[in-house]
Parts: sequence; structure tokens; C-alpha cells
Amino acid sequence: MSAWLEITHPGAMASIQDLGRPGFRRFGVAHAGALEAGWLRVANVLLGNVETAPAIEFFAGGLSVRALELPVRVALTGHFVADRIGHGRRGRIASWRSVTLAPGETLRCGMVSPGRVGYLAVAGIDLPRQLGSASTDARSGFGGVDGRLLSAGVRLLANAGVGDERMLRNPPPFDSAPIRVVLGPQDDYFSPSSLACFLGGDYRISSAADRMGMRLDGPVLRHRPEKGGEIVSDATLPGSIQVPGQGQPIVLLADAQTAGGYPKIATVISADLPRLAVLAPGQRVRFTAVSVATAERAAMAREAAVRAQIADIQPLAETGEIDSQAIYAVNLISGVIDACAVETAAGAELPVANSREENR
Amino acid sequence: MPAPGCAAGGIGFRILDAGDTALTIEFGERIDRRLQAAVAALDAALAGAIARGELPGVVEAVPTFRSLTVIYDPLRTTRGEIEPRIRQAIPSSATANAPLGRRWQLPVCYGDEIAACGPDLDELATACGLPPADVVRLHAGGNYEVCMLGFLPGFAFLGGLAERLSLPRRSEPRLRVPAGSVATAGTLTAIYPCESPGGWHLIGACPVPLFSAGWAQPALLQPGDQVRFRPVGAAEYHELAVRMAARSAVASPPLEFLVGERFSGR
Repeated sequence: MSAWLEITHPGAMASIQDLGRPGFRRFGVAHAGALEAGWLRVANVLLGNVETAPAIEFFAGGLSVRALELPVRVALTGHFVADRIGHGRRGRIASWRSVTLAPGETLRCGMVSPGRVGYLAVAGIDLPRQLGSASTDARSGFGGVDGRLLSAGVRLLANAGVGDERMLRNPPPFDSAPIRVVLGPQDDYFSPSSLACFLGGDYRISSAADRMGMRLDGPVLRHRPEKGGEIVSDATLPGSIQVPGQGQPIVLLADAQTAGGYPKIATVISADLPRLAVLAPGQRVRFTAVSVATAERAAMAREAAVRAQIADIQPLAETGEIDSQAIYAVNLISGVIDACAVETAAGAELPVANSREENR
Repeated sequence: MPAPGCAAGGIGFRILDAGDTALTIEFGERIDRRLQAAVAALDAALAGAIARGELPGVVEAVPTFRSLTVIYDPLRTTRGEIEPRIRQAIPSSATANAPLGRRWQLPVCYGDEIAACGPDLDELATACGLPPADVVRLHAGGNYEVCMLGFLPGFAFLGGLAERLSLPRRSEPRLRVPAGSVATAGTLTAIYPCESPGGWHLIGACPVPLFSAGWAQPALLQPGDQVRFRPVGAAEYHELAVRMAARSAVASPPLEFLVGERFSGR
């Protein structure tokens, strides 16, 4: 008898992703892969999976899964809490930990906040790779499970993991620092005043945001009249910031198409793209320009930070630690993205009241 | 800032910043066979260097109409390490072996006989001031070259459409273009490999699969390949469609439509 994890409700746009599918852009194939690969890697290590294993990426909230037949261990990363439902009890756990579900037990992920993306990794997950990756390319219909977003009834092979449940003692804080970009490749399509608007302006993530890209609302960017708002298509990348004729930038993300005909004012650096990609519609963002060399150093620093998080994983502490972690996570649900405000809220009573309600 | 230079044949180039994972070598801003030849030559030269292990950390190169974007892993290399090697490859690439192009002949059922695939044939004919039969004759009589792949997996931009058929793309893009639709825009033509939104003019249907994640090389057509179209009736189209569906489990592309190899005569 095998252990299975069943999707009982997929929530919004849940899909299988891993670290993506590099090397096939010349054939028109998107990179795909987790929008926040660091969180996916941490989730896998919380289970004892290899870092590169596929996991479920979901948006907003509402993903529900159930263990069938045998115990199944899963791990949760991203800013959200989840309800355990089954066996006559109901409890709430914070993310950034692994948890073993008893047969028949359901785990329901709450709303992600701040941000829009969460990960649920599954011990022992085993999916075929296509073009080197298990990531779902839903637009072209391959990868993942049958090339599609996850739907209710999909079953994933799983197991109960090995050793203790684990946790990340210091979950990554929400970082509202400006998003760093390298100007170009088509920054010469914009006047100095439009470049200044782009770098000085306040942008807001619009509701037009998915895995391919996010449209931003904010100061309108004008193309130089002699250049115009179109180019003969050239390569686009995750991180490319296209500016179509109406002047509102579009940041391309993991599922970005491989070529496009709009001038690209700048490219989000690889270290900061995950931080931008997980923001929810309505959240604000600013940009700041850095050099390629600075961006390359930032990539190394980000990798070191992910490695430090992975090194910080330890057995779940059954007392004390859980509460402080739950308080941390529940407070973040307020949607406050300012780091100072999060610290202030950490002492409030609201989360305790919330957990009491949920445990009734 | 873009750094200008000069490639073989007097074609200039600029190196454009594309973040910390890529740089773009741009040979020009137009669709032009000479630019494509420069892109293809550099692409081939870099493929050789990568195969010889001379560009560690370079993940891939993406050729387009007018530029080559080189993607790298900033944890394994730096722009400072790879840019000089790419620059070195540019002047010598004129003498590099041009890639082998292949010749294809693909069947097309023109018009809207096949569900929703060619609804714009009459409109295109009217806009071009030609009877629909002449549009078919001109389109099927063309000798096309694959300029680049992009937009969708396996979507090949085919250059060489007759000027008389050139029309800007539709003002209202369609939300749903069926897989297999044969389409035109400007002086380009293409076949949609899968269902997608799209703004091109749809004039026919092609039953040949153009992409499969199960093929070692997942796209049927490659930059530099030549394509001609053979008009077929609805009966032959359906016969071919059934045959293609039956072979969908086969792990190799439909090479029966290959009509020859050639050295790209650039």
C-alpha cells in the first residue's frame, strides 16, 4: 500500500513547480519553475527531500490536501497559516515547518499575507520530468500532472518522511526594500525624465498578475517619439520589464514568453525577482538601478542567504517555539508590509485570540 | 551603456545589458537576412565554444531576428568573464561553419474548411485586393526561412511572405487561436503549435505537430530551416490529422515532411 496526498481543493492556480527548465528558450520554451525558488528549496529540505524536488506552488489561499491510506508528511513555506481538520480535532499551524498528516486528515491553507505565493512540499513526491523538469507549463500543456494546473482529485505519491518534523527557526522576514534593476536593454527608448519617473516613482502591483508577469500601476512612462513603443521582437527573460504603448510597465516572471516586441526599460536582478514575484495585487514597489557587477554580487549574497536558511532548519520544538512562530505568522495576515509595523504588531493579542477561536 | 563594435561583413553590433543573467549582442533593429546571418554565425560559434567547455556558466543562447541573447548563471560565472570571449567570437564567426538548415514541405488546408483555423482568408484577400485563390497561390508558392522561434514553444517565425500579402496584424487580437492555424502578419507567416491568443491573420490549417516535450529536440523547425507549403483538401487534411494523432505517442518528430538537407547558403 502506498501513501497518497490528494488535492481536495486546488485554491487559485495551484501547480507543480521545481527549479524550472533552463536551456530551451531557443525553442520557445519558458523557464517555468517556482516564483520563489528559495522557499521551494527550504520546503523540500524541511522534509528531507532533495532541494530540487517538485512541490505545489499556490496563490492566495484555499489549497486543501488530504492524506489517504497512510500518514503523509508535508512542509509549508510562505507567509500563511493552515488548518488541520480531521480525527475530531481542528487546529491551526504556522508555515515554515513540516507536519505529518494522519490518514484521512485534511490540511487547508489559509490566505497568504503578505504576498500571494505559498509552497506545499510533499515527502517522497515522484513525478516525471519533461525537458529536464517537472514544472508545469500549463500554456503549452506539458510537465506537472498531465500538463495542467492541479485540480480536485489529483493524487500525488507521498510518504511519511524520515525523522522528526522540522521547522525553520527564523522565517525570512518580509523585505520592503526597493527592487533592484539593471537598466536596459532598451533604456535608450525612454527620455531621461521617464527613466527618472521609473526609478523615483511608486508603483502598485495591479490585479493583472500571474506566473507570466505582473502589470504595474504608477507613473506613465513615455517612449521617445523618434523611437516609438515597438521593437522588432528580441529575447525576453524572467525579470524583463516591458513598457507597451500605454506606458505602464509589465514585469515578466518565471513563465515569461521567450521573445517580445515591446521596449524593455530594465531587468529586475535575479536576487530580487523572487521578492517582487511573490507580492500581491495592491502592494507597492519602488525600483532602484544597480550595475551588472553589483547585481552579480547580490545573486551570490542571495544564494548564501538561502543556504543559511537551509542550515537553520532544526527539529520542531513542541513547546514555546510554536507559539512564537504562530504569532509571527498570524500577525503578518494583517497585510502590513512595513517591517517596523510587523515588529510592533508582534506583541498584540489578536493572534492568540485567533488561535483560540480556531481550536474550539 | 551599450558598447558598439563591428562584425564581419561590416555589420555593426552593440552589447546590451539584460540584468545579471544575460547580455544581448544586437546586430541591428530591423528584420534583415544579413542580420540573421550574423546572428546565426555567432550562435554557431558560441555553441562550439560551449561544447568545448570554453564558456563555463553559460546556460544557453537565444537567437532572434536581429540579436543573440546569451544567458548565464551568475553563481558560476560573471559578465566580466564571458563578454570578452563573446566579443572574440564575433569577428571570427564569419568563417565559422554555418549551421545545417533543413528543407520541409508542410501540408496546409487553406480557408475555413477546418474548424475555425482559416477564417481570415477572404478578409485578407479583400484587404490585399486579390481573389482568395491568388492568396493561396502566393502563400503556397513562397519559399520561407525560419528566422527565429519564440512566443510559444515551437512557434517558428517564417520570413519571406510575398509583399502583396503583407498586412499589419489584426487590431483586435483573438483570445483563442486553434492549434495548427496557419497565419500571417507583415512579411511573416507561422503555424500556431498550440492553442493560444493571437493577433495574426488566420488563413488555413496544418495537421503537422510542431512541438513535443517528448522529442529530444522539442521543436520541429529550427532557425535556418526552409519551409514550403503544399495545399491539400479537407479530406487529405483529415487523413493526415488522424495519422498524426496516431503517432503522438512516438518519441520522434514527423520526419516524413522533411524533403532535404542543405548548407544554409548565407
